[in-house]
Amino acid sequence: MDRTLKISKIKDGTVIDHIPAGKALKVLNIINIGENNSISIGIKVPSNKMREKDVIKIENRFLEKIELDKIAMIAPNASISIIKNYDIIEKFSVDLPQKIIGILKCNNQNCITNAGEPVNSEFNLVSSNPLTVKCVYCKREMADNEIINNL
Amino acid sequence: MLKNKSLISVSDLDKGDIEDIFEKADYMYQNMNNMRQNEPMKLKILSTLFYEPSTRTRLSFESAMERLGGSVISMADSKTSSFSKGETLADTIRIVESYSDIIVIRHPLEGAALLASRFSSKPVINAGDGSGEHPTQTLVDLYTIKKELGDIENKEITIIGDLKYGRTVHSLLLALTRYHVKINLVSPANLKLPDYVYKEIKNKLDVNIIDDIEQSIKQSDVLYITRIQKERFTDKNEYYKLIGSYKITKKEVEKMKENSIIMHPLPRIDEIDVEVDFMKKAKYFKQASYGIPIRMALISMIAGD
Repeated sequence: MDRTLKISKIKDGTVIDHIPAGKALKVLNIINIGENNSISIGIKVPSNKMREKDVIKIENRFLEKIELDKIAMIAPNASISIIKNYDIIEKFSVDLPQKIIGILKCNNQNCITNAGEPVNSEFNLVSSNPLTVKCVYCKREMADNEIINNL
Repeated sequence: MLKNKSLISVSDLDKGDIEDIFEKADYMYQNMNNMRQNEPMKLKILSTLFYEPSTRTRLSFESAMERLGGSVISMADSKTSSFSKGETLADTIRIVESYSDIIVIRHPLEGAALLASRFSSKPVINAGDGSGEHPTQTLVDLYTIKKELGDIENKEITIIGDLKYGRTVHSLLLALTRYHVKINLVSPANLKLPDYVYKEIKNKLDVNIIDDIEQSIKQSDVLYITRIQKERFTDKNEYYKLIGSYKITKKEVEKMKENSIIMHPLPRIDEIDVEVDFMKKAKYFKQASYGIPIRMALISMIAGD
């Protein structure tokens, strides 16, 4: 069996693993990447657990809560490893919040949260599989791709 | 129970709250003329902020407050107010809450009333938010059924017309989940009940989406007709063709069973022939008149001492 590592290890930074195959670029899209962050991406990497998965490794970057919440919307089963000096010092799964505040735009153009009012958008988690959320203001539900497109 | 609370959605009310409101409305109905002398809302001010046209809802709120001895202040026209200068609703509410004891709002965007309630320390009543909800109309509708048929339980209610954009229908269906009723929904294909409302009610109500309007007319206790909005049709010929097949005329009313009623949240355009107005089953004008005791009850329960 070919044991070659397709993505090299990182010294310091974050590994986002177990992203559904094909969704790495969507995850990358919602993370602010600076000049000092080199990134490796594995797309459709073989996985025991998922058959195929995507992996992202970001050098010199640690994620904020809001970014983790957004990742959970795209990849509810993603795992996050914090790397310091080539060692994993912390590993955890992302968690879908019950209340999603300020990170998702309501898809309903007629919702008051899209009218320039000084409020954060606010959704309740309806179900995690399939991922469905409900706007607290206009009561419309959004699912899967609608959610990803509005992050 | 309702004291100092906002009324944004019918979901804010349980069956007990609805019964309490009806009991108070009965009292208001019977003592309509005395209330003005008793002035239970003396020195209280109700403000009405209507960002969309309204006749009945606005006038009935204002009339209800006047009949309770209170005062009313109104935004004359959203086109001549600060709204047209781009002021946010949040800012408007922050100001208006200091001018009044209770705020009634109608707004074209869904969720506007909830937003208003979050920026106000005074109670807010939703008088319609976009295609969202219209909870006080629902109370008027339920009260009409109770007054005219004696009870809401075990009735068969057929709702005909624009089920997609009609907020009165959305609120009414949500409220009816509190009762054992049979619901028939009749609408043109492009104006069907939205999924997000259907999902809320499908497991709680006996709902049937039907095409056979004839059969429903014969067996229903309530025919609830709503306006099909001409502006929703790009092809006006389509509209006229459609309105013909949904129009209630004397012929249809004669097929209805004994002790059944016709309701409409009004304004009525072409959906009910004017000759029906004089028939015993036509209760839509009575329905509009029940708006006064219901809104008197609500105002006094929410903003009374």
